[in-house]
Amino acid sequence: MKLHIDTTLNQEPAEFLCAPDETLLSALRNELGLTGTKEGCGTGDCGACSVLLDGRVVASCLVLAAEVQGRAVTTIEGIASGTTLHPLQTAFLKEAALQCGVCTPGFIVAAKALLDVNLDPTEEQVRYWLAGNLCRCTGYDKIVRAVLDAAANMRSTRA
Amino acid sequence: MSEQIFTTVGTRPIRHDGVDKVTGRANYGADLSLPGMLYGVVVRSPHAHARIRSIDTSAALAVPGVKAIITGQDVPLVDVKLGMGEGAMDLKDMSDNLLARTKALYHGHAVAAVAATSLAAARAAAKLVCVDYELLEPVLSVDRALEPGAPILHDDLVTQARPPIEATGPTNIAGRLELQRGDLAAGFAAADIVVERVFRTPTSHQGYIEPHACVARVNEDGRINIWTSTQGPFLVRDATAAMLGLDAANIKVTPSEIGGGFGGKIPVYLEPLAVVLARQTQRPVKMVMTRDEVFRASGPTSATKIRVKLGAKKDGSIVAASASLYYEAGAYRGSPSGAGAMCMFAPYNIPNFHIDAYDVVVNKPKVAAYRAPGSPMAALAIESAIDEIATTLGLDPVEIRLTNAVTEGNLAPYGPPYGPIGFRAVLERVKASDHWQTPVAPGVGRGLACGFWFNAGMSSSATVMLGSDGSAAVITGNPDIGGTRAAQAMMVAEELGIPVERVRPSVADTDTAGFTEITAGSRVCYATGMAVIEASRDVREQLRGRAAKIWGVTVDETRWEHGRVVPVTPSDARTPLTVPEIAAKLAKTGGPIIGRASVNPPMAGPSFAAHICDIQVDRETGVSKVVRYTAVQDAGKAVHPSYVEGQMQGGASQGIGWALNEEYIYSAAGVMENAGFLDYRMPVASDLPMIDALIVEVPHPGHPYGVRGVGEVPIVPPLGAVANAMSHATGLRFTELPLSPPRVLARLQQGT
Amino acid sequence: MTTNRYEAPGTVADALSVMAAHPGAMILAGGTDLLVQYQAGQRTPSVFVDVKRIPELMTIEADARGVTIGAAVAAADICAHPVIRAWWPGLVDGVQLIGSTQIQGRGSLGGNLCNGSPAADATGALIASGAVAHIAAPSGVRTVPVEQFVLAPGKTALAPGELLVSVRLPKPAARTADAYQRLIPRTEMDIAVASVAVSITLDPSGLCTAARVVIGAVAPTPLLVPEAGAALAGTTLNAAALERAALAASAAARPIDDKRGTMAYRTTVVGVLTKRVAAIALSRAKER
Repeated sequence: MKLHIDTTLNQEPAEFLCAPDETLLSALRNELGLTGTKEGCGTGDCGACSVLLDGRVVASCLVLAAEVQGRAVTTIEGIASGTTLHPLQTAFLKEAALQCGVCTPGFIVAAKALLDVNLDPTEEQVRYWLAGNLCRCTGYDKIVRAVLDAAANMRSTRA
Repeated sequence: MSEQIFTTVGTRPIRHDGVDKVTGRANYGADLSLPGMLYGVVVRSPHAHARIRSIDTSAALAVPGVKAIITGQDVPLVDVKLGMGEGAMDLKDMSDNLLARTKALYHGHAVAAVAATSLAAARAAAKLVCVDYELLEPVLSVDRALEPGAPILHDDLVTQARPPIEATGPTNIAGRLELQRGDLAAGFAAADIVVERVFRTPTSHQGYIEPHACVARVNEDGRINIWTSTQGPFLVRDATAAMLGLDAANIKVTPSEIGGGFGGKIPVYLEPLAVVLARQTQRPVKMVMTRDEVFRASGPTSATKIRVKLGAKKDGSIVAASASLYYEAGAYRGSPSGAGAMCMFAPYNIPNFHIDAYDVVVNKPKVAAYRAPGSPMAALAIESAIDEIATTLGLDPVEIRLTNAVTEGNLAPYGPPYGPIGFRAVLERVKASDHWQTPVAPGVGRGLACGFWFNAGMSSSATVMLGSDGSAAVITGNPDIGGTRAAQAMMVAEELGIPVERVRPSVADTDTAGFTEITAGSRVCYATGMAVIEASRDVREQLRGRAAKIWGVTVDETRWEHGRVVPVTPSDARTPLTVPEIAAKLAKTGGPIIGRASVNPPMAGPSFAAHICDIQVDRETGVSKVVRYTAVQDAGKAVHPSYVEGQMQGGASQGIGWALNEEYIYSAAGVMENAGFLDYRMPVASDLPMIDALIVEVPHPGHPYGVRGVGEVPIVPPLGAVANAMSHATGLRFTELPLSPPRVLARLQQGT
Repeated sequence: MTTNRYEAPGTVADALSVMAAHPGAMILAGGTDLLVQYQAGQRTPSVFVDVKRIPELMTIEADARGVTIGAAVAAADICAHPVIRAWWPGLVDGVQLIGSTQIQGRGSLGGNLCNGSPAADATGALIASGAVAHIAAPSGVRTVPVEQFVLAPGKTALAPGELLVSVRLPKPAARTADAYQRLIPRTEMDIAVASVAVSITLDPSGLCTAARVVIGAVAPTPLLVPEAGAALAGTTLNAAALERAALAASAAARPIDDKRGTMAYRTTVVGVLTKRVAAIALSRAKER
């Protein structure tokens, strides 16, 4: 018997049906048609399924869809403002911080969570914060540069 | 080749598919859903080696929602070869790998497939498929496979050998290659120092983040649509057609965006199963591998055992070398042992050598290509041996390599003379680098290693369409793994002298793209790029023709001049016409302009690389950390330097993971125990420093811009660079990967 | 087999009712162990009981005598709490090592404890600091010292139908500090191959008056090693004392060979870690 869930998704009210054991990742991709969040492993080890749950970055493959009743979820589809890219997205493009791009949504969501709490991270802080996001194409170099670049950009805009 | 001036090539524009990728809009293999779609799940052997006596699907068929179950009985085995590149792909093995017919040859080998209305129902049914196995003893190593009396995987396996050898009866040796030069005994006799070591590397996986995924639909008129994450849509089409006895003309393959491949998404695992299920159920079928299945049942690369013996004079010149390479092929023939043999000595002028390389079958998944397949393991061995000689003789690691480095005109170990190559230039760049110039920090060991890869040519097509506003579109059939769409747009922009933002690159499907071979072999920027350049030049020629028409002159009286056509003899009536100006008059001057080209160029021109690794080792725990890393590589000509750097950094980090912590851990029964990202330990962001990527450009004369392949050679040096760094950090020579903490600590405690 | 029921009770009493009505119900806090095991077919609850709507399980209460940490509070919240950071930096060391940032946003102390892994990162530090588990049962509330809470891999002192509500940490005595380290091959993400938690108390002259050493991932459960603590007590934690503590820790280790480490390796490393962790605890205690 499916559960009916009311939630806030990318700042808009949303509702969906889900099985009691269905993950949030599955509900996003299959019930809500939001395929930007990816499944790389299903066990919480790769970060490709990262979303924000009440502002905190989590692995949506390890969240039951039912849990988001009354909570707020942000996915990669909600990072840009309309058609204005978030500074992280712009920085990823400028720094060539993606090759195949499948890990990119997870990285951007996770990095946004970092910049939401620390707008001046060190390289080491960025690396440890993103240790739960696997990338096999880039060796992380340009990803780290993009995050630091976006942070600098956001600090100067804020100043 | 003269120094070319480029306006677009060599710059770093934003990639055209970038916005879709940073917003999550780009669609990968698992992102497509179709109305009425079913979910397909594969049933896999729980045994590493077993005869299949029977399969009973009755309990599984009774699960609500199940619409079809297939086994090897439903897909006749074909004995067909598919032309591909310079060789042919034997589909009989790929077909048996798709679905085991008589024997399960590895833990995870597909034996049946289920289609149901939900993933949960398909999985529940898969568990109820009852297979009667007769257990056989598994063979899990090269050593075991070669033992007299060892179980034989294939009764009909014959060793394919070059040069040919006498057949010897049942064997697990699928192939042997022998290369030699000069007089080995005399060479070693003349050596002042001889080093001999045996190296072992584990089974490791490409580790692409996106699992294999596809959707297949059979239309009412029998036409088949396949949407899939693949490195080769035409290969999927042709292999599926051949394996299922279908007409390829009735199959359309649309490549999705691909979330990494590195060679592992060349073989076909799921698509034919999805097609058969779609045909039987008359509904679309989606199949996605779990991460567990990717590890157990796609194609990792070979575990290896490599013996190398090197003899050198006191001045470091290598006078003799011999090597024996044993590569695990997995369940069917086809390890890259031959390529390993050809690459191993390729950077060095060795007057006397002998190599024999063996392709050995074992009860593990059939190996697939993994980025410069065969070369990284061979490089570990030769680069460690050279490092050992240099250390013993007190010679500088760069200088000893310069002493032996190949240049233009030297013969490659596999025969032909090298054209212009950049190995010496790479070594000089290492010497001049900030990393090499910086003294090694206390407690840190520094290692250098080099690498070689051939780089492929193979067939490609391209079409360039000019818009009436002077913009252009370019279509090819190569999935974009690393930024090749951007590079192709840059080439069109360069050739036509229009802004790169006004070029629209697309990766098309097998109905709309000209035939192209796989995205692999470091060939897309080179070969498909060559087709793009030629198609663009075709457009240029047509533009000249239109300008001639407009001016009322012959084509010979026109000249192309970056972005515009100029009259050879100017006049008031004949002023230069830009591309947009000519484009505005297309309808009046003859209609649309389409440029086309197809190429089948020779191999891309070999690339050489050298990596410097600084590693810090905790002597009490064996834990190590890479604290500085520099990759140097000859790219010929870097079209988009950011994406060339990206290839270098990515290949380096895969190699670092392979050297330090990645390995398939097998139980005695042949079951992989670490089939997930928790315990198959790939580098995470905090494990690595920034990776400096230094591009050297020694143009390859076979390409209009001098492009060489760049994608694969970056993974060749890191195994040796890390091992040599570890050696200098600890004073011990390491010959077995991965250099995981327990292994390192045990050696440190041993002291030898 | 699938789990077909999800409940999100709002009180402890309601949670206990659901558990009484459904034997085989399992508690869902962060889900970072349970959902992994569920997908792998290792655990199939009759009901997922989501306890994150119960206030007592989701709050951290600090008072003059100690801190009570709700069993389902996420690691990230624990590590951010100023009182916990001040009084138990070693617990923070352990908790913030549980998985990635994504796991930190969900994984809880309760989950880490109740999963009963020999390698649990929070458990060692809790035992070292004398933490006590507060359990709600149909018959009432009971407490169990954490060092008696984990009985075997995957098995705890919870009886069927009982719920871990919170963990209470008594305010440390003066000049007491803790520390925790684990050995992993990479820098993040791995399960501990060996770990050590240490809490020490100094007297005003700098002499150690009390020490608790807990070794992890080298026995079926995290293990308090009295001999290692005794080796430190009454000393200034000089090199000889640290060496004796290390030997005691290695001697108490009963590790297994598995894909994460060998017996020999774990035994050696747990001794190395004991010295390092004790030294960190010492320097922290000196600053108090």
